[in-house]
Amino acid sequence: MSTTTQAPASEATDQDAFLARLREFVGLEATPTRYAQDAVNQAMIRHFVEAMGDENPVYVDDRAARDTGREGVVAPPPMLSTWLMVGYKAHTAAAAGAAPDTPMARLLALLADAGFVGVVATNDEHEYVRELRLGDEIKMTTVIEDVSPRKTTGLGTGHFITTLRTYTDQNDEVVARQRFRILRFDPSGAKPAAPAAADPALRHKPFILRDNAFWFAAAAQRRLVIQACTDCGTLRHPPGPICPSCHSYAWHEVEASGRGTVHSYVVSHHPKAPGYDYPLTVVLVDLEEGTRLVADFAGDAGEVEIGMPVQVDWLDYDENLTLPRFRAATSASEPTEEEGN
Amino acid sequence: MSTQITIEQVSPGDTLPELEIPLTRTVIVAGALATRDYEDVHHDPAQAQRRGTPDTYMSINHTNGLVGRYVTDWAGPAARMVRLSTRLGVPNFPGDVMRLTGEVVGVEEDTVRVAVRGMNSKGGHVVSEVTVRLPRGSEQ
Repeated sequence: MSTTTQAPASEATDQDAFLARLREFVGLEATPTRYAQDAVNQAMIRHFVEAMGDENPVYVDDRAARDTGREGVVAPPPMLSTWLMVGYKAHTAAAAGAAPDTPMARLLALLADAGFVGVVATNDEHEYVRELRLGDEIKMTTVIEDVSPRKTTGLGTGHFITTLRTYTDQNDEVVARQRFRILRFDPSGAKPAAPAAADPALRHKPFILRDNAFWFAAAAQRRLVIQACTDCGTLRHPPGPICPSCHSYAWHEVEASGRGTVHSYVVSHHPKAPGYDYPLTVVLVDLEEGTRLVADFAGDAGEVEIGMPVQVDWLDYDENLTLPRFRAATSASEPTEEEGN
Repeated sequence: MSTQITIEQVSPGDTLPELEIPLTRTVIVAGALATRDYEDVHHDPAQAQRRGTPDTYMSINHTNGLVGRYVTDWAGPAARMVRLSTRLGVPNFPGDVMRLTGEVVGVEEDTVRVAVRGMNSKGGHVVSEVTVRLPRGSEQ
């Protein structure tokens, strides 16, 4: 999901004050150390593997587990957090407002009062120090590691909360660590047509070859460049080895202003490629410098028209790839922030 | 279950067989309950809509369980999972199908890193990386 922070100046002070209150929770233990209600046991493992359709015998068959060098049946590692869930009784009590007074409960109440009632988990990292065996008694400590500034996502605006959980056994040995990130969002601002923003990391990647590598390397630094013939000065795009005007092999790059106008555009509804939000608006932009390029339009399809002034914006596909897109030009540049999650 | 593979048999670029998971309303609830997750967004459509999604959707612990299963189905029972990292995109809603694909992206000593993707009809649901330790051929 890509997210953008765009706060009008008048609201910025309120948002800063609110964020400062949220940030007071960073570093605190979210909840007291939580003890598993039950030791690691076969019945709960069986429920889990049946729901997952997991036929791995080491989770249910003692002999099969021993045949692989284990001491007996083990729990599926991704089942980690299941052992520490509070259970139906405590969950319903908390949902009815009778949550124990903990820093996490206070943080969530603060967010709920501000309208951030939606919840979705976005990232989860597990490190398994050892597999859990039948009879293990697990406990968990949770620290609030980060609360993000307000972000606008496909689900609505909200704040990401990152917690770091450490799981230990009956001998106080660490068995696993988990970094868990959720989004608490305000669903009233969500666009109904876009239940969730697509993840640009899923898009097909461009072919980067020796002739065009400079252009992508500049884009990775959020610089829009154009290839220029060193002999006759003609600009060209897409990049190529030879000047189409004078056939010279000598070239250098020049920095583009990032401003241009829409020469043409298409709005694609079908077929849907992974990683894009639909309807997908693709623009052909005449850059001020004279070359053209094809890029995504960052905005609603209804907003775009031929001849409209646009300016470059940037989209991070993943940690290695950033590509330009264009949005309607504004007189003053607005702060934008991209974050993959 | 596949038979056991060994570290020597694996190379970066190897692909895992695809797996399709039908996302019935029942399996979405079963996965939530098996992970003791009683959040209403995983079983109550009206509450899910009130909270800003068009329907109930699969929980992250359920997705993690499926991703883990997908990798160990391929890696075999002697494989030991040491790391799992998941990033969620569009939710898995009832009535859809999730297609899991995987590729070996790294082999280091006795561990293998597998990149897993889960797609549904709306786009990418999950991008995960799972690290498993595999036995050596001499240990078989």
